[in-house]
Amino acid sequence: MRLDIILAGVGGQGILSIATVLGYAALESGLQLKQAEVHGMSQRGGEVQSHLRIADRPIYSDLIPAGSADMILSVEPMESLRYLPFLSPEGWLVTNTTPFRNIDNYPELDRVIGEVKKVRHHVAIDADAIAREHNNARGMNMVMVGAASLFLPLELERLKEGIGYIFARKGEDVVERNLATLEAGRSFAEEYRATAL
Amino acid sequence: MKNNTLLLLGDEAVAQGALDAGISGFYAYPGTPSTEIMEYALNSRQAAEGKVHRMWSANEKTAVEAALGMSYAGKRTMAMMKHVGLNVAADAFVNSALTGANGGLIVTVADDPSMHSSQNEQDSRFFGKFAMIPMLEPSNQQEAYEMCFSAFELSERHETPVLLRLTTRIAHSRAGITRREPLAQHGITLPQDKRQFVLLPAIARKRYKVLLSRQEAFEQEALDSPYNRYFDGDDKRLGIIACGIAYNYVMENYQDSGCPHPQLKLSQYPVPRKLIERLVNECDRILVVEDGMPVVEEMLRGLLDRDLRVLGRISGELPRDGELNPALLRQALGFEAQPGGTVPDGIVPRPPALCAGCSHIDSMNAINEAIREVYGDGHVFSDIGCYTLGALPPYNSINSCVDMGASITMAKGAADAGLYPSAAIIGDSTFTHSGMTALLDAVVENTNMLVCILDNSTTAMTGGQDSHAHGRLVQICEGLGVHPDHIRTLRPTPKTHDEFVEIIKEELAYEGVSVIIPQRECVQTKTRRTKLAKQGAQ
Repeated sequence: MRLDIILAGVGGQGILSIATVLGYAALESGLQLKQAEVHGMSQRGGEVQSHLRIADRPIYSDLIPAGSADMILSVEPMESLRYLPFLSPEGWLVTNTTPFRNIDNYPELDRVIGEVKKVRHHVAIDADAIAREHNNARGMNMVMVGAASLFLPLELERLKEGIGYIFARKGEDVVERNLATLEAGRSFAEEYRATAL
Repeated sequence: MKNNTLLLLGDEAVAQGALDAGISGFYAYPGTPSTEIMEYALNSRQAAEGKVHRMWSANEKTAVEAALGMSYAGKRTMAMMKHVGLNVAADAFVNSALTGANGGLIVTVADDPSMHSSQNEQDSRFFGKFAMIPMLEPSNQQEAYEMCFSAFELSERHETPVLLRLTTRIAHSRAGITRREPLAQHGITLPQDKRQFVLLPAIARKRYKVLLSRQEAFEQEALDSPYNRYFDGDDKRLGIIACGIAYNYVMENYQDSGCPHPQLKLSQYPVPRKLIERLVNECDRILVVEDGMPVVEEMLRGLLDRDLRVLGRISGELPRDGELNPALLRQALGFEAQPGGTVPDGIVPRPPALCAGCSHIDSMNAINEAIREVYGDGHVFSDIGCYTLGALPPYNSINSCVDMGASITMAKGAADAGLYPSAAIIGDSTFTHSGMTALLDAVVENTNMLVCILDNSTTAMTGGQDSHAHGRLVQICEGLGVHPDHIRTLRPTPKTHDEFVEIIKEELAYEGVSVIIPQRECVQTKTRRTKLAKQGAQ
């Protein structure tokens, strides 16, 4: 088994919390992992991406080769498109649709979403809205993990343990809310797959 | 996590490796991509319990010198920095090759090919070769961990500093690390030869001969090193030399089939010539793969470059600049590119920007109104830090960014040439790193110039490390001899904009050295501090 995921977003949106949950689930499943992160200058509101590689055998490159990612998991719609050269023709594009506008020349949102929908396997999800509906305004990242989970060869239970692991410090209530947020993201993706594709 | 595997960044693996190998002191100045080594050590319970020294230094030179002092006292120690930091530390570093080490001494340098967060992509292996000391270059995070043990042993066996070279991709990528049984720290043992560290010419000449005489042993170490491995292959039309992390990019393309070509995985230097010779003798052509500059490729080509069998960055099989990746290797190895999508039109870059509420925004606005709008563009020299983003729209405030501290000295040189006004913008941490001596130069001549020390009370660009300047800036400037009437402080906010502009104008009118210190804490560290205080109160 090999799983290559490009995580994308804007510096400060917290894509590394997604990486932590997925990474935890992978390690608990006895898999190997490499995760290349972006630190430094681009964290200041710039574009950030992380290459997450999971496999049941040794992983060589820290970077995912172009054209071979199984998934682009993006917390921002325009950012999801920036890494399309990495996506395998069979890969999934799973993206949040809420734009993060910190530049003047942000393209028209309809056009961005239109481009997302041109990708053969995609899920476009308003993760910010779903997180708010679940009384978890900061849970957007966990909505995205939930949506992505449908297409990942990782057991849902392991992902839930991962959420327990990263939010344990903040109390049972926070863990529960994020688990519910995860489920909501997953349900949305299930429906999306059934209707939109 | 299972099997006691730690999931660590390459930087963190180095810190953990050094701790487990019995280190007694870390010394560093923050710089991407090396910063997380010290941060890990600072947060380590193991380090706290072992009373391991771990504090930021004023700059990379003081870090290497302090590490050399700890080595003198017989203990294991490490200095860490980014590649351009080694330029700052070069005097200490190169001479430490002559003094040699006593306790194990590692200088860890993280290079940044592709300049993700740097002003150049120089390759530290040149420095290792220049200083004529052994070098290690991990191909993965586990090796980064293991190499700390090996480097300390190597250092003590041959009484030499050892360079440990990382690149961004190793430094900032996580992988599972299996730990070894931790070793105890050394006690104090002074060098047997009390003149070993005295580089008076007469002694230095002897020390240099010692260094020269050790070269053969260093190369033998590289030949016997478990990190350098020769893999045979049937297809001898091509042989591959893969340095450090480049080995992974090669193997990524052969992970299912295995590499059909003979390959030398090179992770310890000086280059072991016997292994190279074997590869060259057996193969028709040699592809040299290195992340950074073509250091080994250039050695193989030699001055006259008559041997057309060497392929790499110089011959164009790989790009001459920038970071390597698996796709570039795929092409160089003759495979077809994997099909992928294309980026649609209209996807615009998102350059890094100053944070909302950042005090630098107020400083840029005031400087623009008082200088650019009055005298035109071209009067403001700047430095390395978040405020370098003042070069970008909407500010367009600054005209230089060269090296740590250069803002003040360049402004001085321009003022000497007759430029008026001539202003420097430098951060608090950059000022104590390399700006104080620059300011002294200006004070001695009472150069007609303005220095703005933007004090956000932290080393912000690298993530908010403590700044040596904190609470000391006014006294430092006074001590260097700036006239107290011309050391002005204020709290930069949108509300104090007019006051700020007025102060700049007043100081521009003064013929001599003026220092303005706008002081307001970094919004990032302030938020973090408030959050921690809240958690503490609960």
